[in-house]
Amino acid sequence: MPRRLASSLSDEVLEHVFSFIQSDKDRNVVSAVCKSWYEIERWCRRKIFVGNCYAVSPKMVIRRFPQVRSIELKGKPHFADFNLVPDGWGGYVLQWITEMAGAYPWLDEIRLKRMVVTDESLELIAKSFKDFKVLVLASCEGFSTDGLAAIAASCKNLRELDLRESEVDDSSVHWLSHFPETYTSMVSLNISCLGSGEVSFSALERLVSRCPNLRSLKLNRAVPLDKTANILRLAPQLVEFSTCTYSAELRSDVFSNLAGAFSNCKELRSLSGFWDVVPDYLPAIYSVCSRLTSLNLSYATIQSPDLIKLASHCPSLQHLLVLDYTEDSGLEALASNSKDLQELRVFPSDPFDAEPNASLTEQGLVAVSLGCPKLQSVLYFCRRMSNAALVTIAQNRPNLTRFRLCIIEPKTADYLTGEPFGVGFGAIVEHCKDLIRLSLSGLLTDCVFEYIGKYAKKLEMLSVAFAGDSDLGLHHVLSGCESLRKLEIRDCPFGDKALLTNAAKLETMRSLWMSSCSVSFEACKLLSQKMPRLNVEVIDERGPPDSRPENYTVDKLYIYRSVAGPRFDMPPFVWTKDEDLALRLSP
Amino acid sequence: MSSENGKRLLETDAGGLNFEATELTLGLPGEPRVTSDGGAKLGSKRGFSETVDLKLGDNNREVKLGHSLQEAAKSPVSKTQVVGWPPVRGFAKRGKKSCKYVKVAVDGAPYLRKVDLEIYNSYQQLLTSLEDMFSCFTIRNYLNEKKIEQVNGIEYMPTYEDKDGDWMLVGDVPWQMFVESCKRLRLMKSSEAVGLGLTTGPKYSSTN
Repeated sequence: MPRRLASSLSDEVLEHVFSFIQSDKDRNVVSAVCKSWYEIERWCRRKIFVGNCYAVSPKMVIRRFPQVRSIELKGKPHFADFNLVPDGWGGYVLQWITEMAGAYPWLDEIRLKRMVVTDESLELIAKSFKDFKVLVLASCEGFSTDGLAAIAASCKNLRELDLRESEVDDSSVHWLSHFPETYTSMVSLNISCLGSGEVSFSALERLVSRCPNLRSLKLNRAVPLDKTANILRLAPQLVEFSTCTYSAELRSDVFSNLAGAFSNCKELRSLSGFWDVVPDYLPAIYSVCSRLTSLNLSYATIQSPDLIKLASHCPSLQHLLVLDYTEDSGLEALASNSKDLQELRVFPSDPFDAEPNASLTEQGLVAVSLGCPKLQSVLYFCRRMSNAALVTIAQNRPNLTRFRLCIIEPKTADYLTGEPFGVGFGAIVEHCKDLIRLSLSGLLTDCVFEYIGKYAKKLEMLSVAFAGDSDLGLHHVLSGCESLRKLEIRDCPFGDKALLTNAAKLETMRSLWMSSCSVSFEACKLLSQKMPRLNVEVIDERGPPDSRPENYTVDKLYIYRSVAGPRFDMPPFVWTKDEDLALRLSP
Repeated sequence: MSSENGKRLLETDAGGLNFEATELTLGLPGEPRVTSDGGAKLGSKRGFSETVDLKLGDNNREVKLGHSLQEAAKSPVSKTQVVGWPPVRGFAKRGKKSCKYVKVAVDGAPYLRKVDLEIYNSYQQLLTSLEDMFSCFTIRNYLNEKKIEQVNGIEYMPTYEDKDGDWMLVGDVPWQMFVESCKRLRLMKSSEAVGLGLTTGPKYSSTN
């Protein structure tokens, strides 16, 4: 009966039905129903997400999906954010752009994360895609303001330009002025990563004043306070805004101008920036605070009392990013004021200092877990923790989906009992049944991994550092965590046995990163031979792994599944089995 | 509180400058520089003896310097720093770390300014900002060999004093190295440099 139904619906009808199916997962399921659905689906898929740019080649994507309009690519592994991936490792986008320039003339959205983007790539985008609308470069590098100028000059219908956390070289081109006077389509602009010389205020003001649809504006640090007020007055319709630098003594004229400008912004829901904010200026934003759902104060060096005052004005807050200056008292105030809080991130103001410079402990997090019933996502840096606190948090908040705890000093034990944190994190994974992301820290034995393997059935991403006693730890995770997609490990005594025993598991995951662990090159070669659809990359700048003694362990290991085979852009410090083969074959 | 003075001086609107608040006293051009090491070391190495000097009459500024020295002494790296730990984004400068104010002297200007080198990412940005700050001057731009519009026909060469007390031409070393070693800046009239044999520009482009 289902088969007759499938063939009796015309292609057009099916295509129309499929157009309501947006998620990749659902689309993939649809395409697996039967051959004709596969065919219809692939012709009408418009949006592609490639979580690892080396998992598939651009040609393969183009062959299967000929009419894509929107693509998202991710390059380097997550630990690249912490300088663990050497420069030159890879993640180049040029080949993708080149292939898509020919195949997808109607491509209008490109979103990249942790990729190397050159000016050449940007220039190619600017001239190849006539209706280009969205460019998001998150944590990217390799380009300069020259490339941005090309985009500004050519993309008449550009709606979104977001350079979040990218590194941009300053070529001293006034790139903002390259948006023609006729250009009016900007909706979202994020240039918060740019240095001070890279943005001309007058060009910015002219741009803002002629773009009536501008909803999100994130400026860079060096725009001074009086300019902030001007820009806000030009764009009172803003929903998201990143303020510029506040550093100045309180001047009442500047203050009232700023306060007035903010009070005009009735749609404002999200504020960030606040670099060098002087607490006396904070009241300027009080008029918008009651409507704010998102507040990023993680660059603001303001102290707990000012934060408490500010928090008391923000009852609708759903997302808060803040420094540990907020202290336990600030978080307690948050817990009593902001009942809609969903996400909390507390960053360390002085991460490399052995001594705490702010009174932030596990108590703050416990208070928030108790007071905020909708809390789902936590990123918390602190210097002490206890199993008891973790158990309390787990029991209070079984609805947690993301829990990332960083106890700053590696291998710190429970400060009350001196015990490792197996019980605490065990409680987290046991109670929080929908947990999809977990980061561990502190003193940890294999015991915690046993709990994780047993309970964390929905876990998709796990980050581990300075933990475990033996291969058993890794084995528990690989054999138990059914939904695991990304595993990143550093400085743990995990080795060959767990890897080779669970080789098949690795093909069900996007990637595995292991650095400063105990994996031998022999095991890497063996794994690579056993699993042809895994790319096993040994990243080692110390020289050819083969020329080292038997018990040599590799420095860094990055394993990912791929249907594209080994990549062609590997730098000399990346070693794979094929290279080794070539060396062996040569006389 | 003391840091507010320095930050106020950053405002590009020169009309906002309040002389009472800055409490500077200036030495006349031509007077020898007075420094903490007595100047003897500097005198022997430096080629330029004329500098607009700043007498540190501003107590707050002294306190601020002392404070930051204390801070550095108080919390030395008590253990070897592990690469990539704690996992905070490298360039996301949070908290009080990012602040390096240096004085900027310009030949012929009646007062000095201060800039925070940490907010720039390249030589080009710094020079552009200095040009904005001292809007009646143009700074000779070795780095790009580009022609900057000459406002009043006077060109200045950007120089700086490094950790060793030597006066260096801005632009020879990578940007980050410069930020770490720069103690103060001086914009020196190009005409004074004529005859000193400084014909070749610096090695590093503005993108470094």
